[in-house]
Amino acid sequence: MFKNLMSWIEYRLPFMDKMNLHVMQYPAPKNFNFWYFFGSLAMLVLVNQILTGVWLTMNYVPSADGAFASVEYIMRDVDYGWLLRYMHSTGASAFFVVVYLHMLRGMMYGSYQKPRELLWIFGMLIFLVLMAEAFMGYLLPWGQMSFWGAQVIIGIFGTIPFVGEDLTLWIRGDYVISGATLNRFFALHVIALPLVLVILVFLHIMALHEVGSNNPDGIEIKKDNDGTVEQTEADKKFTFHQYFTRGGKKIIVDAIPFHPYYTVKDLLGVAGFLLIFAWVIFFFPEGGGYFLEPPNFEPANALKTPAHIAPVWYFTPFYAILRAIPHPFMGAVAMFAAIVALALLPWLDRGRVRSIRYRSGLHTANLINFCISFVALGVLGVLPAEGLYTLLAQIFSFTYFGFFILLWFYSKNEKTKPLPVRLT
Amino acid sequence: MSNAPVDHGRRRFLTIATSVVGGVGAVGAAVPFVASWMPSEKAKQAGAAVSADISKLEPGQLIRVEWRGKPVWIVKRPQAMLDELATHEDKLRDPESEVEQQPAYAQNRHRSKKPEIFVAVGICTHLGCSPTYIINDFAAQVEGVKSGFFCPCHGSKFDMAGRVFQSVPAPKNLQIPPYMFIDDNTIVIGEDEGTV
Repeated sequence: MFKNLMSWIEYRLPFMDKMNLHVMQYPAPKNFNFWYFFGSLAMLVLVNQILTGVWLTMNYVPSADGAFASVEYIMRDVDYGWLLRYMHSTGASAFFVVVYLHMLRGMMYGSYQKPRELLWIFGMLIFLVLMAEAFMGYLLPWGQMSFWGAQVIIGIFGTIPFVGEDLTLWIRGDYVISGATLNRFFALHVIALPLVLVILVFLHIMALHEVGSNNPDGIEIKKDNDGTVEQTEADKKFTFHQYFTRGGKKIIVDAIPFHPYYTVKDLLGVAGFLLIFAWVIFFFPEGGGYFLEPPNFEPANALKTPAHIAPVWYFTPFYAILRAIPHPFMGAVAMFAAIVALALLPWLDRGRVRSIRYRSGLHTANLINFCISFVALGVLGVLPAEGLYTLLAQIFSFTYFGFFILLWFYSKNEKTKPLPVRLT
Repeated sequence: MSNAPVDHGRRRFLTIATSVVGGVGAVGAAVPFVASWMPSEKAKQAGAAVSADISKLEPGQLIRVEWRGKPVWIVKRPQAMLDELATHEDKLRDPESEVEQQPAYAQNRHRSKKPEIFVAVGICTHLGCSPTYIINDFAAQVEGVKSGFFCPCHGSKFDMAGRVFQSVPAPKNLQIPPYMFIDDNTIVIGEDEGTV
């Protein structure tokens, strides 16, 4: 009876076949380490944001008069409203933590290199939409930092020559940030951008499964079926979806099915993540003023500027680059270039060896330089832009872009170690 | 279905023609979506320029008009006040008004179109309090300066051109809004010849 029903559905919608293709019979390299937790964790946080976000809209009032009070109402009067709100606000920071680590993983193991360029581009688009989503979400509580932070960010568009002023007017829908701005940001934050985000995540995963997952060794697990590499007994133990062998043109080595092996492994990551996430939500929901900034506990006031305006921590590396350059428009260009440079990594890196395990010491040093620059810029972006801090921000902006320039030069003829044929 | 051979030229023409017409339609359909983001009539009205009658303004007098929810000062400066502007420039943070806090026509020593008429947004650039106009006793704040603006909240000081003094919390000179004179007695704030 049940079997009949299943085959009736399968004939009309090949659900089990797609499940096999993407989950049960998806060949994943057997050597994933903990760095591979962050992709599935990003999906978990996305689900958390959507779920808590939908519930928050049930009590949130998107208007200049009602927004701040409705957030207070959620925090004080709605049963478990405080928890839903903190899950959402802390979730935003958690999203960037896992996404930044996910991106670093890609950089370490060369996961952006051919043939995974499009996969990387989708990832960068997700990152961009995520930043827009987080920025618009931060305006909604209508606190002081919501208001003035938005003022600064929208002001960045105002630095564009000729059209800047009109563009900011169009974005705000008023001469100042007002209820009109709040309402359109609300619409984009809860409907438009989440839709785009979910579609991009779907494309990201489709693109991933087409070219297959990279791994810490940075070598392919699908080999040409021409006798140069033979399958071992262990390789023959699992059944993978026939799609991946390309009609017998490929053989798959050193792979294990995504389910149950990596679903179980990712569950461990989920458990570890939730442990830390819950600890933060219950004991440090404001993240020491970095997840929710102190001025945001005061309602927005157009006549009163907070003493020090700093964006939320996940924007600060780019914000520091913006401020490091004395000319406002060139600063905005540099900030945008910092993101574009990342998106262009597949073409800036001219090497064919992916993983830092087999690349030169120079490359490892350069990647460490990138990490230090990024973190240093992040710290400087929180501090006021004056004296020594400005100088340091300029130096680290220089080393940030230096990573990409150096990479382009040495990757052409890099001294790399010999690659193994099989995963180690 | 006919068995006539495929006319590729005709097919290409029809494909391109359909795409172009469809594309024009899509752009047209996008207009209301994009245009709806512009300030509404209500927002435009709330942000509209305001005019003020300055015919009865006495020398040294300050009047306030409200523009976009902010207090805008209009002061008629006697010649003595204007002369004083040159005397204390070494004590100012930005005497040449290099920071863009004013339209180009107000980037001068008196920071105004007509030297005697001073127009400024009366909000301290520190934290948004409204400074007090001190017409005769400003020397208690800055030695040797007769009149100026003093912010009671955190002690920021500005001269009679809204230029900020050194060693006070406010970082910038007072903001000068766009404005124009319709005739000798009427000033419009929020609009100038450039925006009309």
